[in-house]
Amino acid sequence: MQQHWKRLADGVELAVNQTEKFKTGLLTVTLTIPLREETATAGALIPEVLSRGSARYPDMEKLSAAADGLYGASLGPAVRQRGESQCVSFLCSFIDDRYALDGSAVLEPAAALMGEVLLDPVLQDGAFRRDYVESEGDNLADRIRARINDKRSWTVFRLIQEMCAGEAYAVDKLGDAGRAQAMAPEELWAGYRSLLSGAKVTFIYGGAAGPERVEDAVRRSFGPLLTGRSAPVDCPVEAEPKGPVRTVTDAMDVTQGKLALGFRTGGVTMGEGGYPALLVCNALYGGSANSKLFLNVREKMSLCYYASSMLDKVKGLMVVSSGVEFSQFDRAQEAILDQLEAVRRGDFTGDELTAAARTVTNSLRSRLDSQGQMEEDQLTRLLFHSRWKGEDLIRAVESVTADRVVEAAQKLRLDTVYRLTGKEG
Amino acid sequence: MDQLEYTALGQTVHHCVLPNGLRVYVDARRSYSKQFAFFAVQYGGMNLRFRGEDGEWLDTPAGVAHFLEHKTFDTEDGSALQRMAANGVDPNAFTSSSMTGYYFEGVRGFEENLRTLLSFVSVPWFTPESVDKEQGIIAQEIRMCEDDPNDEAYYRLLEAMYTEHPIRTRVAGTVESISRITADTLYQCHRAFYRPGNMVLCAAGDIDPQRVADIAREVLPPEPTTATPAGCGRQEPPEVGARFTRRTMPVSMPLFALGFKGTLPEEGGCLRQRLVAELTCDVLFSPSAPLYNRLYEQGLLNSSLGSFYSAVPGCSFIVAEGESRDPELVRDEVLKEAARLSREGISQELWDRLKKAAYGTMVRRLNSLEDTCIEMAQTRFDGEDYLSFPQVFQSIERADGEALLREWFVEGRTALSVIAPED
Repeated sequence: MQQHWKRLADGVELAVNQTEKFKTGLLTVTLTIPLREETATAGALIPEVLSRGSARYPDMEKLSAAADGLYGASLGPAVRQRGESQCVSFLCSFIDDRYALDGSAVLEPAAALMGEVLLDPVLQDGAFRRDYVESEGDNLADRIRARINDKRSWTVFRLIQEMCAGEAYAVDKLGDAGRAQAMAPEELWAGYRSLLSGAKVTFIYGGAAGPERVEDAVRRSFGPLLTGRSAPVDCPVEAEPKGPVRTVTDAMDVTQGKLALGFRTGGVTMGEGGYPALLVCNALYGGSANSKLFLNVREKMSLCYYASSMLDKVKGLMVVSSGVEFSQFDRAQEAILDQLEAVRRGDFTGDELTAAARTVTNSLRSRLDSQGQMEEDQLTRLLFHSRWKGEDLIRAVESVTADRVVEAAQKLRLDTVYRLTGKEG
Repeated sequence: MDQLEYTALGQTVHHCVLPNGLRVYVDARRSYSKQFAFFAVQYGGMNLRFRGEDGEWLDTPAGVAHFLEHKTFDTEDGSALQRMAANGVDPNAFTSSSMTGYYFEGVRGFEENLRTLLSFVSVPWFTPESVDKEQGIIAQEIRMCEDDPNDEAYYRLLEAMYTEHPIRTRVAGTVESISRITADTLYQCHRAFYRPGNMVLCAAGDIDPQRVADIAREVLPPEPTTATPAGCGRQEPPEVGARFTRRTMPVSMPLFALGFKGTLPEEGGCLRQRLVAELTCDVLFSPSAPLYNRLYEQGLLNSSLGSFYSAVPGCSFIVAEGESRDPELVRDEVLKEAARLSREGISQELWDRLKKAAYGTMVRRLNSLEDTCIEMAQTRFDGEDYLSFPQVFQSIERADGEALLREWFVEGRTALSVIAPED
């Protein structure tokens, strides 16, 4: 695989990963703005409204027909959170030219279709179509309200809301349901104009085409975006909890309880020297099938159906998420914290350490076999200028020592506990 | 090993059948970092009744296949899960209605991991204590699924549609049914189904194909075996058992599963029926479908709508699931549109375009080693070849879709399952 990077204008960049290993090409364009309550709803709604139709393909049926004609290219919006930034993207995956039955090129028309959808929307009175804004506003509100349906992710979402209250990190990347439903076409249009002119712009391509061909397709299809802009991307990190540990409990009509614990990493993020050790620490503690949480809390003590930990490498957080019986909340929490104490004491074997490091490096290596995951990682790296690039990070993880893992674990500070329990009666 | 060439897809698959009956398929891709192996048993949640060694039919409690999947990781020297995790790979497994699959992916130690996989799956080790303990873990999993409104809508749909076929049985069983499972039940089922002749091994990625076959030959028992005869209940009537079912749960808006009971494919026609059924789903439910767009614009459907075709021995069906303020109206509109299309015909332009899109989508999925291996195994259990899909597409006409609409999308074959918000 050959990696290329180019600045197309100030605040506008293109990364190309040239490889023939996939049957497809993936091209994405991402507009990144600060995640703020005032603008998050518009940021989430804009790509949905754009996906309803362009000037040339003014409704979903015609737009979808255009994608069908490109061998079922999947063109879709995504709203992602990276630290305290909201990333508004369009992703397009399409078959490589080699597999086109009529031998035609797919990259160029796919890029053109993306460009039209993003930059040339169907208009009404100089703004978005009112009916599109209203129905997408309703749909977005439904999606925001539907977060509660999946109790596992809801629990983590609620934990973050409580733990990071007052930080931009806790702002819902999808925005607010009420605002979404009340959004006026003119207001959304103004948000769209400032998104286009002010956001940081990132193009990422993976596939068989070379960098010149990709740059040419991008320049032809996204011309109006290729203007200079000053768009710094920032994410303040709270190294320590602001006060003593808080416990928040919600009651709902569920048969299984959920328990989530939020930690601050002591300021360690993907930009820091301590990051490789934190990755290994997380894998050892709760991030794999041979982790302490899995082996002890789930398997040996049968306290949880699942218990695992995960990191936010930009914001410097670790979250433990688990499913427990209502009667076992206290015991489960105690057991989860006991296991962390064990890591802090250095109470783990050399084999456990090696296995944890392997879990991390294997996962880093296997992500190179997925275009989607490569894009996810690359976007984060480009936005936050990580010092850790590909093989460097893998080598650093392989040489993490037990002392560094203990150090990473000792920096972890419990901030907030969230419990989802059943309703009485 | 034989080489199966798929020029249109740029793929080569190495293949052999071992003397013990195991079918082996290897899709070698040297440019990948990963290796993926998938060891599948033709045995799932629906196979409650089978012929034992003495030729007698045996009945087992719901959830055995899934329970067995959990306990298969146990070996005399501890859990294979941890042994493989120590090697840096995360083995996993799933049980569907008709299949149990064990798999791992990794970037190193492939041969050792493959040996471990083949060995723990083929050598059973159950104790009364470990079975007891697992009952607690699986009961939690069952409760978690019961809290999931999508799972609940789906299973209630199958219970409504099918009166005899064991597809209506929940794969994990119930807290009650799994309490009747003992170590003996597990041994019995393992003996009956976990036989090389009833299994397929698929691997893909940076692998030497011959080594896969050699290792399978070394690790697995050499005696010739064949597929296991399993029953699928009494004759299932063509019509659904109940046309409507509804319950409330804490959800923000009603969600639904709308099912259409299908007919059985002809011999050798499983993949073809699947492609026709999936294209028919696209004609009605995809973003290119006029019906979907009309209902979306009326605010009756949102982008959560999805549809799929599913088939196991003895039954086939189509499900559309999503959220709607008025699921019953959605059902009526779907039936009306299906009747119109089967009367007036599907637009040739739409059909050709959807076919092109479906082909491209299947090519795109081949990027995934997991998807490729699982599809290859599933299709081999039907006695067919997944990677023949480009040729099968060529043989499909819009009349095939119209015939399916005419036969399946009628009131008597349709059932609707709704999960409504409380109050």
